[in-house]
Amino acid sequence: MSAPSGEPSPRPPYLASALGIGVATGAYGFSFGVLAVGAGLSVAQACVMSLLVFTGGSQFAVIGVLGAGGAPSTAISSALLLGARNTAYGLSVAPLLPRPLAKRALASHLVIDESVAMARAQPDPEQARGAFYATGVAIFILWNLGTLGGALVGGGLDPERYGLDAMFPAAFLALLAPQLRQPGAPRLALAGGLIAVVLIPLTPAGVPVLASCLALLLVVRDTSHGTADGDGAPQDGAR
Amino acid sequence: MSWPALLLLAAGSYALKAVGPLALGARQPSENAARLLALVAVPLLSALIVVQTLSVGHDLVIDARVPALAAAALCVWRRAPFLVTVLVAALVAASWRALL
Repeated sequence: MSAPSGEPSPRPPYLASALGIGVATGAYGFSFGVLAVGAGLSVAQACVMSLLVFTGGSQFAVIGVLGAGGAPSTAISSALLLGARNTAYGLSVAPLLPRPLAKRALASHLVIDESVAMARAQPDPEQARGAFYATGVAIFILWNLGTLGGALVGGGLDPERYGLDAMFPAAFLALLAPQLRQPGAPRLALAGGLIAVVLIPLTPAGVPVLASCLALLLVVRDTSHGTADGDGAPQDGAR
Repeated sequence: MSWPALLLLAAGSYALKAVGPLALGARQPSENAARLLALVAVPLLSALIVVQTLSVGHDLVIDARVPALAAAALCVWRRAPFLVTVLVAALVAASWRALL
């Protein structure tokens, strides 16, 4: 680590945060394991999903839709739509990732909410790269261990008794909150929520979540107007 | 869920992550495209919160998950760590159900 001349810091400051986030997602992974088995997945399926899909929001969406009786195709579409934000993340951290193709391909797997958020919080590219890997690897290890533990315990645990079902919306809220600072985001959140409330009694499970994307039309319309008058601060104060 | 469906999901999820680093390299997407991509998750997350807090099947219900979400909102507002937020929500829901 290149600390500003004089005192080289023995341990980069992001390591403690990375580990803390890792432990948190480990606990969260445990509840994923429990709920995945509860939604009808086998222990092996829960573990393979955490290893290969490795993006918490999408994974919870899948078992949320399946648990509510939705079709696998609906579950997968919701998960992939939710995972679309990883494309934005991937683009934003691309300059930090190694050049060689194999390493780049491997590092891409670590592109998730937390690793990117930690990278963005660092003062320079070198620390950003370090924070990205430290957070991504810590989460990868603990998320998968947590999933395994939860899936093994899962069968004998009543998720509602321990309030595990309430962990989903709480976690999604914690992921949503920092994103609300983007211009237009609060309005989108409101519209998405309203679409879901209206559709819950009317449509098959999973559709209310998918349909919430229609709220993005609000933004598409805005951006096509917005660029015409230059790209400065958010256009109006009424956010 | 079948294994092929699971692997399809895995392939799709990985493709979404890797398309930027692998295809575009260091080139940046247009500003509008990047902004829209960054906003995609917002209505989805909001809808997931609503569905997982207020619904049982096709019914809208108000139960222990509502005070749990309120407690989580308080945690988020007070900038509590992720783990604390999620555990507080579980604790509130569990005690609500145990006591009422």
